[in-house]
Amino acid sequence: MRTREEELKGLGADFTFGFIQVMDGEKDPRNLLVAFRIVYDLISRDYSLGPFVEELFEVTSCYFPIDFTPPPNDPHGIQREDLILSLRAVLASTPCFAEFLLPLLIEKVDSEILSAKLDSLQTLNACCAVYGQKELKDFLPSLWASIRREVFQTASERVEAEGLAALNSLTACLSRSVLRADAEDLLDSFLSNILQDCRHHLCEPDMKLVWPSAKLLQAAAGASARACDHITSNVLPLLLEQFHKHSQSNQRRTILEMILGFLKLQQKWSYEDKDERPLSGFKDQLCSLIFMALTDPNTQLQLVGIRTLTVLGAQPDLLSSGDLELAVGHLYRLSFLEEDSQSCRAAALEASGTLAAFYPVAFSTHLVPKLAEDLCTEESDLARGDGPTRCSRHPRCLQALSAVSTHPSIVKETLPLLLQHLCQMNRGSMSPGTSEVIAVCQSLQQVAEKCQRDPESCWYFHQTAVPCLLALAVQASMPEKEHSVLKKVLLEDEVLATVVSVIATATTHLSPDLATQSVAHIVPLFLDGNISFLPENSFSGRFQPFQDGSSGQRRLVALLMAFVCSLPRNVEIPQLNRLMRELLELSCCQSCPFSSTAAAKCFAGLLNKHPAGQQLDEFLQLAVDKVEAGLSSGPCRSQAFTLLLWVTKALVLRYHPLSSCLTDRLMGLLSDPELGPAAADGFSLLMSDCTDVLTRAGHAEVRIMFRQRFFTDNVPALVRGFHAAPQDVKPNYLKGLSHVLNRLPKPVLLPELPTLLSLLLEALSCPDSVVQLSTLSCLQPLLLEAPQVMSLHIDTLVTKFLNLSASPSMAVRIAALQCMHALTHLPTPVLLPYKPQVIRALAKPLDDKKRLVRKEAVSARGEWFLLGSPGS
Amino acid sequence: MVGGGGIGGGLLENANPLIYERSGDRPVTEGEEDEQVPDSIDAREIFDLIRSINDPEHPLTLEELNVVEQVRVQVSDPESTVAVAFTPTIPHCSMATLIGLSIKVKLLRSLPQRFKMDVHITPGTHASEHAVNKQLADKERVAAALENTHLLEVVNQCLSARS
Repeated sequence: MRTREEELKGLGADFTFGFIQVMDGEKDPRNLLVAFRIVYDLISRDYSLGPFVEELFEVTSCYFPIDFTPPPNDPHGIQREDLILSLRAVLASTPCFAEFLLPLLIEKVDSEILSAKLDSLQTLNACCAVYGQKELKDFLPSLWASIRREVFQTASERVEAEGLAALNSLTACLSRSVLRADAEDLLDSFLSNILQDCRHHLCEPDMKLVWPSAKLLQAAAGASARACDHITSNVLPLLLEQFHKHSQSNQRRTILEMILGFLKLQQKWSYEDKDERPLSGFKDQLCSLIFMALTDPNTQLQLVGIRTLTVLGAQPDLLSSGDLELAVGHLYRLSFLEEDSQSCRAAALEASGTLAAFYPVAFSTHLVPKLAEDLCTEESDLARGDGPTRCSRHPRCLQALSAVSTHPSIVKETLPLLLQHLCQMNRGSMSPGTSEVIAVCQSLQQVAEKCQRDPESCWYFHQTAVPCLLALAVQASMPEKEHSVLKKVLLEDEVLATVVSVIATATTHLSPDLATQSVAHIVPLFLDGNISFLPENSFSGRFQPFQDGSSGQRRLVALLMAFVCSLPRNVEIPQLNRLMRELLELSCCQSCPFSSTAAAKCFAGLLNKHPAGQQLDEFLQLAVDKVEAGLSSGPCRSQAFTLLLWVTKALVLRYHPLSSCLTDRLMGLLSDPELGPAAADGFSLLMSDCTDVLTRAGHAEVRIMFRQRFFTDNVPALVRGFHAAPQDVKPNYLKGLSHVLNRLPKPVLLPELPTLLSLLLEALSCPDSVVQLSTLSCLQPLLLEAPQVMSLHIDTLVTKFLNLSASPSMAVRIAALQCMHALTHLPTPVLLPYKPQVIRALAKPLDDKKRLVRKEAVSARGEWFLLGSPGS
Repeated sequence: MVGGGGIGGGLLENANPLIYERSGDRPVTEGEEDEQVPDSIDAREIFDLIRSINDPEHPLTLEELNVVEQVRVQVSDPESTVAVAFTPTIPHCSMATLIGLSIKVKLLRSLPQRFKMDVHITPGTHASEHAVNKQLADKERVAAALENTHLLEVVNQCLSARS
């Protein structure tokens, strides 16, 4: 057929008839696949079928629905699904089959067999792509009856989903067909039928059939703009009326949720003419209904109300400015709800964000001023000692401010407010608490994230916030006589960490030009104490974090790190050579661990991005010398180790050749009596993703396969090291190994498993609970994904897991029980001999003193009971 | 003990029942995460065990059909007793015994052995309340029922996690 199409077509319908005779009675699945393919070609390449359409249909459709189970050890690898799909392609290839196929499909949907139902519905769905009104006309009532029954009564969610999908394509097919002027529009009558059968169920929001009915209507309405119009214009008035008829909150919630479903469908179709929009007539009623929902005491109803408001607001030009003012008022109120309606408050904030992007003016006129006022009022409340109000309203106000900063024009109002608030806290008479400063910084962080999408806002944020934050920090680091304690809040680890993420977020998306402008100010600030670009720069002393500055000043190197390590790679950093040397010096000096770690991270971050070449080699040599000097002598060993760790990470990420050397050095430290445990934990840092430096978002060079590569390069050595190590340091090797395995993508781990499994099983007997936990969390997915390999060790696994389910550590008990649960995925015959023993043993953790442990025990034991038992 | 009729085909006894809301997962408290603090078995914990049991004829849970409610669970951890009352959706529900049996089996599999459990119909909600209660209270009849492969199959289906 491929090469002689002309000649074969010349034979006319005789060829088709001949083929039908040959195919008749075929049983071998291999031949069937070919035969289906040929029939498909006959139809799609327009061979003459002549009078044999029905015969051709008969000879193929007799296989429908496919019921084929490949024999075990089937060498041909033909799956049931292959046959189903190729037969479906044939049956759904032409409208000519419709008169024969549709009755067959209806019959099979009505059958008792689940797979037949599914296959028929899916085939119907496929047919709708080629059929028109003509083919469907006579069968519509029966098709609808069958689909309705399946959706109303089914016990299977898949049948329901396929039924809805079939209804959707049926409706789409009816909407698509071109009509003759005099013909009856089948779409209208079909939809009217659906409405008639479903309408009354919508009026009983407590009953089971309410949702199936709504889903059917929504499936039909989702098919075309015309169908959507027809159904919405019928259903919306009904639902609006029902909402008022039912007074219970949960009934109202169901009704509103249905309304929401129909409103969402509207978004699929765009209407060019404003008057044509079907929703404009219902707008006022919908708004008043939403506002009723928003003031209802029932949280669930409020939540649906908020979601409906968001969807309605997303409809272009629908809401009037009056509606918006009211809506903003409600959202403002909801943003300050009490602790127990957390979900509602979060939803209100999210809705504010979404709507503010559409209607920035409404939010800046009606919401931002109120929030600004709240921030100030609190200051005076504070003076009157009105503590509780301040505690609860304060963070919410900040969250609301950051939530609405979704439009550039709003950011220009909210950002100054937040910064001003921070400055006032710093200047105020009372010491601000750590948590309050962190709350402001978190808000700034969220605003920064929202600004990243728009280059202009991004630069605005960077230019406004970064100098201000640096100025505050520098001021806090100055030696002062009075208030010295209060100002130090800004220098606490946690606070600095949040400021770090604000600065990093505000930097990553800068364009290289603008970043170059900024770097020319910030690097000299740290190296030379050049404070001229800071907004307030009259300080009591000099800023010299790298020279003799106070420990407070040295801590601010973290902020430098946040900035320079987030810059795009092609931005040149002034005085880089000097900067690197200073960082190296600070990283190994005996100050507080926070500043030395920050310096090490900053050094590593810059190293990672630096182009290969002589300068990079020089930096590396300096680093290696520094590390070796530090590790050999006493006082700075742990600082030198931290530097080694971060430099190694920077190089591992970019596949630098020196990385293997440094990793070996690190592995050698596993048997160091003092640094061994830290080195073991270091492997976790090497394999995990950092949040502040060496991130892809911060333009670091992170090769995608670095974990795999690290695994292949280093795990054999770790295993050898483990076997050679003296007993007391063996746990360090196990711990290092389990960190590496834990972070590895499972597909990479699976082939290596047989060689490592014995080690992992040994690790289960290791007394260190960190090793136990990480080994269990490594084994759990393997039980699910590699049941065959794990089956070989069933005896050990059952014994060790059961032992660990009595561990003193709650986390280990939970993980062990989760593994017991995962064991049930192994082949049942392997498990059955252990069933009585396991069920008996799992009775004990059912009485564990911790509820979370009991919960895992219950689900594991329940699954073991079902093993090999009928009905499971 | 009960007939298998009505399952897997034919008309449902109650095709359009009232649906109730599912409660969310129990929030984990600080005390529960603290290794040292013991958490006693309370009514909510028992309710969490049985609320997700599937109804034999609807693709719904016993909680959604309001067959079980937390207020109808009485538990005393120190005395090791549990009492669960369940409410059939209609007074002539032929599934009542089966539902009771499923609850009983779920508790047997999930609670420490020390517990003495009592599963019964909420008084006044079923036509043959006493007969059903008597069957459920009789250990030997429960054991015998679970020897019946067909019955065990249906119970296991009710107790399987929904796919």
